[in-house]
Amino acid sequence: MKKSEVPQDSSSLESANIREMYYAVDENGEYTTELSTGWDPKKIALDNAIQDIKERTEAAKQKVLKNETSPIEYYMELNKMDVGILASYVGIWTWRVKRHFKPSVFKKLSAKTYQKYADIFDITVEQLKHIEN
Amino acid sequence: MEINFTHKQSAHCENGVVSNLMRFNGFEVSEPMVFGIGSGLLFSYLPFLKVNHAPVVTYRVMPGFIFNRFAKRVGVKIKREKFKNPKQAQQRLEENLKNNNPVGLQVGVYNLLYFPDEYRFHFNAHNMVVYGKKEDRYLISDPVMEDVTSLSEKELEKVRFAKGAFAPKGHMYYPISFPEKLDLEKAIIKGIKHTCKDMTAPVPIVGVRAIKKIAKLIRKWPAKKGIKTANHYLGQIVRMQEEIGTGGGGFRYIYGAFLQEASKILDNPKLTELSVEITKIGDLWRDFAVDASRIYKNRSAQEDAYNKIASQLEEIAQLEEIFFKKLKKAI
Repeated sequence: MKKSEVPQDSSSLESANIREMYYAVDENGEYTTELSTGWDPKKIALDNAIQDIKERTEAAKQKVLKNETSPIEYYMELNKMDVGILASYVGIWTWRVKRHFKPSVFKKLSAKTYQKYADIFDITVEQLKHIEN
Repeated sequence: MEINFTHKQSAHCENGVVSNLMRFNGFEVSEPMVFGIGSGLLFSYLPFLKVNHAPVVTYRVMPGFIFNRFAKRVGVKIKREKFKNPKQAQQRLEENLKNNNPVGLQVGVYNLLYFPDEYRFHFNAHNMVVYGKKEDRYLISDPVMEDVTSLSEKELEKVRFAKGAFAPKGHMYYPISFPEKLDLEKAIIKGIKHTCKDMTAPVPIVGVRAIKKIAKLIRKWPAKKGIKTANHYLGQIVRMQEEIGTGGGGFRYIYGAFLQEASKILDNPKLTELSVEITKIGDLWRDFAVDASRIYKNRSAQEDAYNKIASQLEEIAQLEEIFFKKLKKAI
């Protein structure tokens, strides 16, 4: 890639005042670096990934409202986590976290376990129990 | 306390930390040199791992490998420490700062608040340098940022003890002994040989063969997984390839810069020619990203489009195979 071809498309990086560094060749064929504000093909990929997470979060929310899963699954998606990551944060086996997705099991969790999840999601226990709040 | 530390932006965080720490200790080594000597370039498909619900491909070696290999090849010794107790991790960090020793840290990205929200995923192999503490805030040199920044004690603890795959566990590292003079020539040759071996390895998930494998999978995804999932998978490949830190084209341009610099040090004009060649291959990777993005932008592409980009990857695989065989002979 030539230095003059380093893309300067708009992206969310601008909002954080970040420009990323590319390696590119100048007119004499010498390698140099150039900063970039963003590149569309990458922006689309990232936007799609974010959209996917939003859809997963919304689907989880609907499931919670229909009492098909516990709020833990909703907050997990909201925090871009999967079961493995969540289990590792709360320090509970993956299969047990999955069990906590069952509304009937979730209802009977100890106050300590509620607090653990609430801390990880950075919310109150009240918010953990009632996702509308 | 503030250590007199020069922050220089780099494309990739691990290269940048190494290059900046080396400069602090009196050795000027460029980012591409660190990357090349550390045999950072790779292509690998990790079928047993899923991140963000999609298969993982990587264009670089495992986190930590670049610094380890670089250090071993130029004769630098690194000290690495991991911690169970966050308080102890903080204590050891402050001891180093008091001794005028800036340290590298492995951190998770998710809670790095100076990144835009969209970039904050549960990715735990980011690297930064801490070079001081002022008014209860740690002074941070994050190599992918243009300028230095700072984090509170709580914020730093959170990113040092992020959880999930590659959890950093407070991982702190710094060089402790140096040779009198860096012998780059031998190190460069070792670094190149290693990369050639990796890229032409007779293993289906590493190097050129992994690229071919992914091409085959791309042909199958739309029918087997459905358009939506196929596009999600494709998007993840492009993101890995063009993520912040790759320098563009899945690290192929940084490698081109390395070969150009190596050509001068070794007085080997063949490496300049090969630098031009890998740059062209980098351009092809960029073309692949453009065409892949057209597919997932529309969200309803024809199967033909997948076959087309799969063929593009197969061509890249073939060119890289020839390239790395030539490179091996050139040194």
